[in-house]
Amino acid sequence: MTDQQVRKDDEIAEAQTQAVIDSAHLEGLEIKSLTQWQLARRKFFQHKLAMTSLVILLLVFLAALFADFIAPYDFAEPDVPNRSSPPTFEGQHYFGTDKIGRDYFSRTLFGTRTSVYVAFIVASVSTVIGVIIGGVAGYYGGAIDNLLMRMTDLFLTIPFLAILLVLSAFLGAGSPVRVAFILGFLFWTGLARIVRGEFLSLREKEFVEAAKVLGASDSRIIFRHILPNTLGPIIVNATLTVAAAILVEAALSFLGFGVQPPFPALGVLIADGQDSLTTLWWLATFPGLTIVLIALCINFVGDGLRDAFDPKQRVK
Amino acid sequence: MAENLVEMRELVKQFPVKSGLLQREVATVNAVAGVDLDVKRGETLGLVGESGCGKTTLGRMLVRLLEPTSGTINFDGQDVTHLSDRELKPFRKRVQIIFQDPYSSLDPRAQVGESIAEGLRLHGIGDKDERRERVTDMLELVGLKADHVGRYPHEFSGGQRQRIGIARALILKPDLVVADEPVSALDVSVQAQVLNLLKELQDELDLTLMFIAHNLGVVEHISNRVAVMYLGRIVELTDRDTLYANPLHPYTEALLSAIPIPDPDRSRDRHILQGEIPSPLNPPSGCHFHPRCPIARQGLCDVEDPRLMEGPDEVDHLAACWLRAGDRAVAGV
Repeated sequence: MTDQQVRKDDEIAEAQTQAVIDSAHLEGLEIKSLTQWQLARRKFFQHKLAMTSLVILLLVFLAALFADFIAPYDFAEPDVPNRSSPPTFEGQHYFGTDKIGRDYFSRTLFGTRTSVYVAFIVASVSTVIGVIIGGVAGYYGGAIDNLLMRMTDLFLTIPFLAILLVLSAFLGAGSPVRVAFILGFLFWTGLARIVRGEFLSLREKEFVEAAKVLGASDSRIIFRHILPNTLGPIIVNATLTVAAAILVEAALSFLGFGVQPPFPALGVLIADGQDSLTTLWWLATFPGLTIVLIALCINFVGDGLRDAFDPKQRVK
Repeated sequence: MAENLVEMRELVKQFPVKSGLLQREVATVNAVAGVDLDVKRGETLGLVGESGCGKTTLGRMLVRLLEPTSGTINFDGQDVTHLSDRELKPFRKRVQIIFQDPYSSLDPRAQVGESIAEGLRLHGIGDKDERRERVTDMLELVGLKADHVGRYPHEFSGGQRQRIGIARALILKPDLVVADEPVSALDVSVQAQVLNLLKELQDELDLTLMFIAHNLGVVEHISNRVAVMYLGRIVELTDRDTLYANPLHPYTEALLSAIPIPDPDRSRDRHILQGEIPSPLNPPSGCHFHPRCPIARQGLCDVEDPRLMEGPDEVDHLAACWLRAGDRAVAGV
């Protein structure tokens, strides 16, 4: 290649680029670019199922959060004249009352609050643990990786419910916070594996090496370059963990090893209602439906987020 | 000031091959197997070889992304072979690298300005305004616009991204830049632009450049001296004009004959090499090139391992070939 040829090539390439831009302007097209976050947001907003689910979820969460103002009755106070009332609009017992006259709409609201509260703690705790363990394993590799991942495998092979029962029996069940932390310490394995994989592949990327050559420390590389690029999968996983935690907490409370009365968690309400399923059918049904609704909506939102963060799925 | 900015001696990099449940080490790959190479101040040293010959590993050791297994690297009088990350910090300011892949070499979630300014921030150079000014100056120097600072990498073409990568490497005003196949992922027309840019910047900023490529045509355009690498070793080293006019090593001849001539009426004698590049896991005996060499002599080349030896011509011309360089070849034995 002579210098002259090279210069000519330069000019041709520049002219071509300019021509493309000019023709775009002529056609009235605006060349607009979006960041990855903007793209993800746009894709998420176009995901109808996820958006509908998100609206429903927000309504349910707000209702639970402001249960004190919305609930027509106290969750523990019996409305004695209206014992064993089926769902009715007259006495504002929308979900009916139990044998001693407690209003089940109010109890379900407060129960949702407890369950959602527990689920968010579980998601936070497990996300923090999962990111740390997965990140350390993926970034440092070698023996540390081996050790941490075998530990993760161990956690995955232990039967979940059995260890939960043992732990809560051992530590004493009861307060929602304690149940949440027990669950959080068992829920991180999936995320740890995902984060490890992401770190493993990002660690080898040239932009990470470039940062190293510029003199960046390990912690700067991890927090400034690798972690921001793994946020997508982490957010999706945290969302799905909320749904899973609500279900497991309900199961645990139903079995009597989770949240204990007087805290009205949804699982506790179902357990209370099961004795009279044939006569007072509404007692177990409405808290049950609430669980299904929440879990379903969160899963749809999680799917929507996953699609949004997937660069292979384009904006329609 | 010494003439050589970098002196590499007996440099070796081995990678372990692990296998099985316990990840036992079953073998080692000699990616770089004993390299002696100097880089002179202000020159462009081209490093050529086919893929897998260890040229990238050599470049990465030179910027200390990899720690050599043995041998020494001397940079401006200081032994940097085994320095720790902390001790390397002053060195990091003076030695930078430009990568091959313009797509994976920029952080997709960082604005271009942030990526370029990172070196300044890490070395505590300037306040925010000064850094911003230097970044915009640098962007203009590499042929981009100052208002590109706030954009993200995916908004740029491959050639533009490579310019950003160059800006990031040059912002600290390094003495030495290792360019690891900086144009092989680009279109031919864009290749020329980026090569010219590198050449201009080198004059302007007084850079020493080690330019790695698998293509002798690209290297010819930019280098003062050229080193040819084969299976972890340098097999020929001389100035550009001598190498292209009068190659000594049969491997260099084969590489040269593979450069396409942009003229359909001309044809050239092509030395097409037989066979594949041997595995560095199990290199051939004697001269590593002898199984593919058209002139190999039995009983010599497959037994004795040639080192770099002075060729018969007047100029500084080293080749690792028993038949073309060294006392025996000169004497015509």
